[in-house]
Amino acid sequence: MLVNDLVLGASGNFNGGDAVATLATFIILMLLLKKFAWGPLMGIMQQREELVASEIEAAEKARKETHQLLEEQKSLLKEARTEAQAIVEGAKKQGDVQRDEIISAARAEAARLKEAAVREIENEKEKAIAAVREEVVSLSVLAASKVLGKEISEEDNSALIKETIAKAGEAK
Amino acid sequence: MGHKNPEFDLPLFGDYVLTFNKSTVLMLVITALVVFLIAFISTRSLKLKPTGMQNFMEWVMDFVKGIIKSNMDWKTGGRFHILGLTLIMFIAVANLLGLPFSIVYKDYLWWKSPTADPTVTLTLAVMVTLLAHYYGIKMHGTGGYAKTTYLKPMWWMFPLKVIEEFANTLTLGLRLYGNIYAGEILIGLIAGIAGTGLLGWVSMVIPALAWQGFSIFIGFIQAFIFTMLTMVYLAHKVSHDH
Repeated sequence: MLVNDLVLGASGNFNGGDAVATLATFIILMLLLKKFAWGPLMGIMQQREELVASEIEAAEKARKETHQLLEEQKSLLKEARTEAQAIVEGAKKQGDVQRDEIISAARAEAARLKEAAVREIENEKEKAIAAVREEVVSLSVLAASKVLGKEISEEDNSALIKETIAKAGEAK
Repeated sequence: MGHKNPEFDLPLFGDYVLTFNKSTVLMLVITALVVFLIAFISTRSLKLKPTGMQNFMEWVMDFVKGIIKSNMDWKTGGRFHILGLTLIMFIAVANLLGLPFSIVYKDYLWWKSPTADPTVTLTLAVMVTLLAHYYGIKMHGTGGYAKTTYLKPMWWMFPLKVIEEFANTLTLGLRLYGNIYAGEILIGLIAGIAGTGLLGWVSMVIPALAWQGFSIFIGFIQAFIFTMLTMVYLAHKVSHDH
């Protein structure tokens, strides 16, 4: 009794039954809690952990995908830009070529027109000169026939006179 | 304090008698009931987005997880999670139960903290020690267990190591018992003085409040210390680098 008092304080003897009761109560409590409280709670915490992990993974994936799409869009834009530039350049070149063509065509046309006009003028001039000559010849014949008072066949003399005038024209 | 214990003798075989302290058994069962109800009610409607009591229970879980993780890696320590949870809740509730009042009926003390009884605390301590040895053998094999437990770091420390095992068990149990028992004694003294008359009551209101507040603090701290030391002892036996 004295030893008990010294060792275990004033609360009484060591009771084997209390030890058994403590152990039994604690173990039963632990098993019950495991089944009804800790188990489900751990389950839900695990579930949440998995959810968070999967959400993070999904977000990461989405981020990567977005990045990839962005890159794609960028490259597409770049491509489109260069294409547009090429098109503009091509159009410019084509325009230049066309302009040159048009100008040269216009020039050629102008030259042709000018030449035609010159030829026409020449023709007209030729014709006019011929007409004048004809007139001069006939006038000369008329004048000569009047002067000579003698009928000269116009056909016979006209050749002679034409020749004379041609000679005179060449000499000029 | 001078109150008698309501004892009950259960004769087993021969002349061996198993003695129960009925008040201790009663308080143990009440403690277990309170703990179970708290845990059970707060884990009824579990949600991924926790609210109210579920938050609290999850905090307790993480708290115990932190205790275990500070002593061993989670792969070995995870199996002690439920033990630690039950220990900390059980001891905290047991410590607090004796605080608001004590009931003495016909000179028998009925309502007290179950942890104010050395038998209870020492039983828990012995249970922890036995568990530690069991897991030591399970994890290291008998040879490895004997070597890590008794012959390290030096073989000639063997006697000291043997003493250490008993000392650990004793201190683990008696630390808890001493704290709670002393707290109850002092509360009893204060209440006794307060009961002497108007002057006594007036003079003891503030000390009573202060000591009760402090006892609440001690109740939680002791539960934490008991759980922490449990994990320390388990880690000593279980982990490889000790």
